[in-house]
Amino acid sequence: MSKPLRGVIVSHAGVAEALVAAVQGIAGASDALVPVSNAGCDREALSNNLAAAVGDHPAVLFIDLPGGSCLTSAASFAHGRPELAVVTGVNLAMLLDFVFHRDMPPAEAARHAAAAGNRAIRTPDL
Amino acid sequence: MSIALYRIDDRLVHGQVVVGWGQPLKAGFIVLVDDAVRASPWEQEIYRMGVPPHIELISASVAEAIAQLPRWDADPRIGIVVAGDVATLAALTENCHAVKRINVGGIHNRPGRTERLRFVYLSDAEAEQLKTLAERGIEIVAQDVPTGRAVPLAEFT
Repeated sequence: MSKPLRGVIVSHAGVAEALVAAVQGIAGASDALVPVSNAGCDREALSNNLAAAVGDHPAVLFIDLPGGSCLTSAASFAHGRPELAVVTGVNLAMLLDFVFHRDMPPAEAARHAAAAGNRAIRTPDL
Repeated sequence: MSIALYRIDDRLVHGQVVVGWGQPLKAGFIVLVDDAVRASPWEQEIYRMGVPPHIELISASVAEAIAQLPRWDADPRIGIVVAGDVATLAALTENCHAVKRINVGGIHNRPGRTERLRFVYLSDAEAEQLKTLAERGIEIVAQDVPTGRAVPLAEFT
């Protein structure tokens, strides 16, 4: 694929924007991630915003919850398109992994990021 | 009454429905009334992902919902019925007197609609359709989540 992999974060309210800012604060500014909020959107409007965010890039769509309007719109948008992959339960560790593995195919980058996100969920003994 | 909430919400089954309403109502099932989703097993599975295992998600076409409403209303579990637009929920009321109250939960902006509330945009035709339902004795309120105020129809049409 000629264009670099893009990460599109799809969330309720301002979560996506905050996550992009956090990743840039840690890893440095880049165009790797684009935030999309579901605020004020029905399914069609959210799908249109997703299309604009993805552009003509291959992309991984990072969704905040494993259900709801963000997932249903993203899954419908990505259905049948191998240049897109979807991950739910986005967290900061997942995105930090992603920005350093943008040379992978979308599905592989999605699995890699999801594994990093899972590894970040811990309950340390205090 | 088994169906505790008849809701118009163009996002269909999402967080406000499952968590916001489903938790306090202790819902045991949610009926998603949408012809397009009913025709797509794949889409049904996506919606099912957002519903916890103790809540049954039932996908129905409009015709199926009209036929099944009495059965769902007699279900011992508490249920929620969700439709994506005014016309669909209006169709459910045609031959069923079980619908006493309709919750307008979220209708977003599209061409031809104007803002009535922060989460409710209606065309004039949709507003008239809601008024017609109200004239038949159905209480219409707008309320996105249970902690919000139930806004009477007269205040947003």
